[in-house]
Amino acid sequence: MTSTRSASLFALALLAPAILYILAIVAYPLFDTVVLSFTNAALRPAYDFVGWANYERIFGAGNFTEVIIRTFVWTFASVSLKMIIGMFGAVLLNASIPGQTLFRILTMPPWIVPMAIGIFMWGWMYNGQFGMLSGLLQNFGLIAGPFPFLAYGSSAFWATVVTDVWIGVPMVTIYFLASMQSIPKDLHEAAWTDGAGRLYRFRRITLPLMVPAIMTMSLLSLIATFNSFDIIWILTQGGPSNQTTTMIIDTYKTAIGSYRYGEGAARAVVICIFVSIFCIVYFRAVRKLSQGEVK
Amino acid sequence: MSDVARTTEVAAVDSPAIIEPKRRSFRAGVAMIDRYSWYELVGLYAGLALFLMFVLAPFIEGFMVSLKPLSQLFSTPYSFIPENGSFAAYSTMWTTVDGLGRYIFNSLFISAVVTLAVIVIVVPAAYAFARFQFVGSGVLLGMFLAVNMFSGAVLLIPLYRLMRSLGLLNSYWAMIVPGIAFLIPSSIWLLRTYMARIPRELDEAAWVDGASRLYTLRRVILPLAMPGVVVVAIMTFIGAYAQQFIFALTFNSRQEFMPLPVGLFAFFGRQEVLWNELMAASFVGILPVMIIIVFLQRYLVAGLTAGAVKQ
Repeated sequence: MTSTRSASLFALALLAPAILYILAIVAYPLFDTVVLSFTNAALRPAYDFVGWANYERIFGAGNFTEVIIRTFVWTFASVSLKMIIGMFGAVLLNASIPGQTLFRILTMPPWIVPMAIGIFMWGWMYNGQFGMLSGLLQNFGLIAGPFPFLAYGSSAFWATVVTDVWIGVPMVTIYFLASMQSIPKDLHEAAWTDGAGRLYRFRRITLPLMVPAIMTMSLLSLIATFNSFDIIWILTQGGPSNQTTTMIIDTYKTAIGSYRYGEGAARAVVICIFVSIFCIVYFRAVRKLSQGEVK
Repeated sequence: MSDVARTTEVAAVDSPAIIEPKRRSFRAGVAMIDRYSWYELVGLYAGLALFLMFVLAPFIEGFMVSLKPLSQLFSTPYSFIPENGSFAAYSTMWTTVDGLGRYIFNSLFISAVVTLAVIVIVVPAAYAFARFQFVGSGVLLGMFLAVNMFSGAVLLIPLYRLMRSLGLLNSYWAMIVPGIAFLIPSSIWLLRTYMARIPRELDEAAWVDGASRLYTLRRVILPLAMPGVVVVAIMTFIGAYAQQFIFALTFNSRQEFMPLPVGLFAFFGRQEVLWNELMAASFVGILPVMIIIVFLQRYLVAGLTAGAVKQ
């Protein structure tokens, strides 16, 4: 019954609502972003095409390169921490010990609770005068006075990274755990019979078989982190003195904050180009990996 | 948007049940390979304690804060345990946080409408992907997933203009319409996997008996795929509930339509933040998700892990 012409038409009819919706709400805006990036659109309804002027402006201003570098450092710091902590968590949750189920459930809250609410809680923990982190560090005598984490550039930068890691870790952990459990048990049992220890089995069996899962997770995490908005906006709004302004925050400030739609769109296009590059690199790597397996 | 990655679609196929409803007893019949020496056990529990401390610290601290009176909150030195702790903030917040009940209702309402719309759009689409091999189906699926590459923040400017020209700004629709779009791809992916597991013979039997394609979908496939639809609905609801921020912040300025995160954000931005009440309000906002975790935990885990591995 499949692969006849009427079947194809039926499939297309089933898909039509989804396709039309995505075309209207994602594809058209994407196209519009590219068009707008070549105009001087602002609050007023009329605008003119200005060629590459927006791109020349943003790359000529100097601080855009700084924003790009900051975004990359922020993203890579956050993604690598998520991968390391996620793997650590997955290994622990994979151990068959009493309480396992409970521990697995307790891992999930940061993932499924409204993001903004988790961030409010971190906002209070970072408070200098009365917050938990500053307070505990003082109680233990590690710092002399109150330390407002969000008031200084570099501490605010790392504070936002930590919050982003916190939100991302549960998903990474659960996926790594699922991937770990799909590894055939016989492999471990065979190695175990031959006297291989836990660490050795992890290094030689678990880790190599998890490479595809790690790569997939890294890409998804990379895209999500690169586009991360809520955390920085709620905690610092890109401050202090732009030290936590990533490309997304920068785009938002330009477009929504100061109504320079054209220039904001140009900044958004640069983000899209970077994300596309990540994806291309990822698919190349996947292809290479699967070719390697064939040999 | 990061939301999308949350509800993600890492990859398809058989989901290893991460939390099995009935676990084998730990005392009897633990395989030799799973036996741990006492120092390994100590290490595992210590590691788990450290890991869960990181994951849960903000919630624990937030809960403690919600119990503390303001005078203790704004005093030094810091103490973790509330003195004279009470649930007072949980009742005073309703008057202090203007419109709190409304915010919570808005959040639930927006998520419910988004979920309903996503299910209506996604069920036929997932069926099409699961059953029909038409020209370009792989490419089309890839294009759906590519939606996740572009966050709402990147598309904000044209979306704003689109919403304005449709006259949807400052209404529930301003948050619902874009919210749906970014939840469609991962839901299609998830549901497609479920539907692909339903034996093809059932379709064929219905076909032989003269059932139309639409009838087959409605009367044969849909009832069988119901557990999958429920999982996708839960995932969509959680996704929609968790991510109400950027669209609501940008496309709506009317207080009566604000969802909880944005409503609390406005409260959060004030000069003197009543932290105990903010935290209490946050916990009430988390409650719906917590209820879902407790009661639907089994479905939830199936949804979260739907085949994390194979590609």
